[in-house]
Amino acid sequence: MGRVDLDELDKRLLDGFQRDFPLSPHPFREIAAQLGVDEETVMGRLRVLQDAGLVSRVGAIVAPQRAGWSTLAAMAVPISRLNEVAELISAYPEVNHNYEREHRLNIWFVVTGPDKIRVAEVLREIETRAGIAVLDLPMLEAYRLDLGFPLQWN
Amino acid sequence: MELTRFDSALLAAIEDGLPLESRPYTRIAERLGATEEDVLGRLASLQQQGVIRRFGVIVRHRELGYTANAMTVWDVPDEQVGQTGRRVAEMTGVTLCYRRPRHEPDWPYNLFCMVHGRDRKTVEDAVERITRCAGLVGRPRAILFSRRRFKQRGARYAPVQAPERQSVEA
Repeated sequence: MGRVDLDELDKRLLDGFQRDFPLSPHPFREIAAQLGVDEETVMGRLRVLQDAGLVSRVGAIVAPQRAGWSTLAAMAVPISRLNEVAELISAYPEVNHNYEREHRLNIWFVVTGPDKIRVAEVLREIETRAGIAVLDLPMLEAYRLDLGFPLQWN
Repeated sequence: MELTRFDSALLAAIEDGLPLESRPYTRIAERLGATEEDVLGRLASLQQQGVIRRFGVIVRHRELGYTANAMTVWDVPDEQVGQTGRRVAEMTGVTLCYRRPRHEPDWPYNLFCMVHGRDRKTVEDAVERITRCAGLVGRPRAILFSRRRFKQRGARYAPVQAPERQSVEA
């Protein structure tokens, strides 16, 4: 993951197209026209930003419980076992986020799958293999539409 | 609402993102044995139905210098949580805001939000401002800053193929 010096074009690409991406045959050409550059430049810059890890992808964020099932889970893991348990959790392809956080409940991860049954299975398996209780905290209500990540440059 | 097989296959086909080429939707259509028109039509419809919440450039905030992130939680009486949640959701710095179940006695909190910033102080200030402005002063609260990120990538809804699952369990 190399470092990239962001220029104005990069900043506009990162900030201005997080939602309402053109659903038309030539989306990059449309963006290029808005930015006053050519299509190749837009695709090239996105490739660089993606290779550098600043952009994860150009794609969709799916509502957590509409296309399948997803939940947030937490565990209180003794410090001496943190790495081992974190690795066990991350190895599941169903786990897409896994963070250590400052709390007695110190591991927080998101499990996503085709249905509730598979997600519950993964939680149970992790609980059994780690020998530590897993809290299952599915979303009950969303108060904010996902509008993207507002960026401020300084 | 059930997704059709085609919609599920389409969501799976774009999980890793659009190919960065001139006609990306044609490429996706080829993989699905469909037409570009089908793909564009279904993507628009999934977005309209709210299955796709957002379609576009998905950035990695840590890599962009937003290294401080705090999952901030409150215990709000059930009859107030909806109104409070909607107020929190509108505040600057909040990227996600959800109601989740409590898990007494370990976890008494039911309102969750994510606050991101370039440093810890900025996030702490934002949390104080949110707490004041949303009428949450005095409510039980916890601020869970992230320490290490072990894993982060896009969600996969498609069933995992058996071989991959086995290798994990081996």
